Amino acid sequence: MATMVHLRGVTKRFGTFDAVRDVSLEVGAGEFLTLLGPSGCGKTTLLRLMAGFEAPTVGTVEIGGQDVTRLPPYRRPVNQVFQSYALFPHLTVAENVGFGLRMQRVAAAEGQARVREALALVSLDGLDARRPHQLSGGQRQRVALARALVCRPKVLLLDEPLSALDAKLRRAMQLELKRLQRQLGITFVFVTHDQEEALTMSDRIAIVHEGRIEQLGTAHEIYHRPATRFAADFVGQANLLEARVLLQDEAQVRVSVTGGLELTVPRAAWPAGAMKALIAMRPEKVHVSRLANPAAAPAAAATNLFEARIEEEIFQGATDQLVIVTATGTRLSVVVANESAYGEIFHAGDHVSCALHADDLVVVPAE
Amino acid sequence: MKSAPDRRTPRWRAWLLLTPMIAWLVLFVVAPTAILLVYSFCERDEVGRVVFTFSLENYRRVFDPIYLRIFARSVGYAGLTTVICILAGYPVAYCIGRAREEWRHRLLLLLMVPCWTSFLIRTYAWITILKEEGLLNGLIRLVAPTATGFDLMYTPTAVVIGLVYAYLPFMILPIYGSVEKLDGALIEAAHDLGAGPLRVFSSVIIPLTLPGIAAGTLLVFVPAVGMFAITDLMGGARVPLIGNVIQNQFLVARDWPFGAALGAVFMGLFALTYWILLRLGAREEDPA
Ligand SMILES: Nc1ncnc2c1ncn2[C@@H]1O[C@H](COP(=O)(O)OP(=O)(O)OP(=O)(O)O)[C@@H](O)[C@H]1O
Ligand SMILES: [Mg+2]
Repeated sequence: MATMVHLRGVTKRFGTFDAVRDVSLEVGAGEFLTLLGPSGCGKTTLLRLMAGFEAPTVGTVEIGGQDVTRLPPYRRPVNQVFQSYALFPHLTVAENVGFGLRMQRVAAAEGQARVREALALVSLDGLDARRPHQLSGGQRQRVALARALVCRPKVLLLDEPLSALDAKLRRAMQLELKRLQRQLGITFVFVTHDQEEALTMSDRIAIVHEGRIEQLGTAHEIYHRPATRFAADFVGQANLLEARVLLQDEAQVRVSVTGGLELTVPRAAWPAGAMKALIAMRPEKVHVSRLANPAAAPAAAATNLFEARIEEEIFQGATDQLVIVTATGTRLSVVVANESAYGEIFHAGDHVSCALHADDLVVVPAE
Repeated sequence: MKSAPDRRTPRWRAWLLLTPMIAWLVLFVVAPTAILLVYSFCERDEVGRVVFTFSLENYRRVFDPIYLRIFARSVGYAGLTTVICILAGYPVAYCIGRAREEWRHRLLLLLMVPCWTSFLIRTYAWITILKEEGLLNGLIRLVAPTATGFDLMYTPTAVVIGLVYAYLPFMILPIYGSVEKLDGALIEAAHDLGAGPLRVFSSVIIPLTLPGIAAGTLLVFVPAVGMFAITDLMGGARVPLIGNVIQNQFLVARDWPFGAALGAVFMGLFALTYWILLRLGAREEDPA
């Protein structure tokens, strides 16, 4: 896959504050890459560096193999969908969408055809004569999208474009954006602080933290193999446990975690030579069953088995959120599926047995 | 039971609260205008006393070519003043409006500082600058000792300089207001869509600050047409404008009815201009 956007050692300093610190990033042509991170981590700044609204303090920006570090936004083959949409209030929908074409001096007839095509693409036919203030939030969002897409950019930059929409519309737009991206084959760089959104839409996710890219990988890799404590904590839920080595052989490491629970971890996952590390345990990876029914637990050589008491049970519809405490006092948050109304029902105070596959434990080097 | 007292609040109380404002309007706006209108249909006797009759004679005189020419000249001066104020005021307003928050108020304050001095004194200051042995020619001779310099005082140029100086803040403030409201993301969006600085200016910034320009035009043009103090002081009454003529009718010629008719026509024209501008503004806001 050819590289479409290439940041090389980019640092952006505001005064004495580094908003982006030595970031190197390659986005492939036709890829959907998401920058995911908490508020203030530098996502927007990264996007603005690509769009050309900010010049890097150090480093270079390449787009489509061309060094654009010194090019102003209006000479870059990228377009942006702004968080606030930034539709021109004095222009109609059609004029808004046609703005970029007029700037590029596309012939009027061709321009009109392309505007119509773009509006159809985002299902906004028939609203050409409206002004932005006469549209709903979702419609404005679509106009902003059409306005950027009609220019046929090499890269489309989207800065939290869905954050102003309600949950339902948001899910619909996520799927629609993904469909559009596949259909058009345009490279998307998408910014969000919503991890679910990132997992749903992206080919790859870059976890941004304090101006750095903490981890870059597919949704699967990020979720199942978080590389740092921050990544494990930010994406999905995780029990983060300090682990200390008790015993080790060539295949396995036996550790004691916060609260005294002992677990077995594959040797390969444990950082070589380390005596301490951090274990991230996803709540849904713990299989819980009643003590009375031990056969239900899938036993295997690499499985950690332990008993616990349910301290709290929170019904969440499709799932049950449980807080369990082991005999030694390790407190864990676990999630069980409510598969059937006649299946196992857990209550606070119940004693349960738990099984957890060693490969499902993620070991993160201690900081 | 909270709404009960509200419902029982008598209408007259609301009116009572409005009384000061209504009184002010009646006393200083409605009454003078009414008097003006009544006078404009009257006649005067030989010593200048107003005789209450009904006559259209004053209005017939207003449309005499002499006065129409003076009126046209006044409109021309005011128009030129307005155009110069837009050209000079827009960049200033734009810079202040796009300056960093903490700077904006300081810069606006600087704009107001001159207004703390009497308007007449500031106009006299201009005379010392522009007169033959004044500051401007002094500076020119300092640079080029052989230059003859300009004799600007009591010329149309001096009048326009004085008018621009007096009304510039009234152009800057409303434009500043609309520049400050301008969303920076719109400018970035235009850049992003391929517009260079000039095209961003012409197709986004200007259209979106048009209401400020319109308001400034109204605030500058209308009073500039009627201005008489500056034309007196800086034009030496050599080029009378409509303001001077009206002032003369009241203070020198003692022909109040004719002055009133001139004033009434004048006011009618402004009401018309205002209405047209308002309609244009409304069309901008909401194209049906
Ligand atoms: N022009 C600027 N001047 C000074 N500091 C800035 C500027 N722009 C951004 N910053 C700082 O850089 C950091 C990163 O900002 P950025 O807008 O990239 O965050 P973000 O990840 O997009 O956050 P959010 O999710 O809240 O939008 C923040 O701490 C911010 O205060
Ligand atoms: Mg942001």
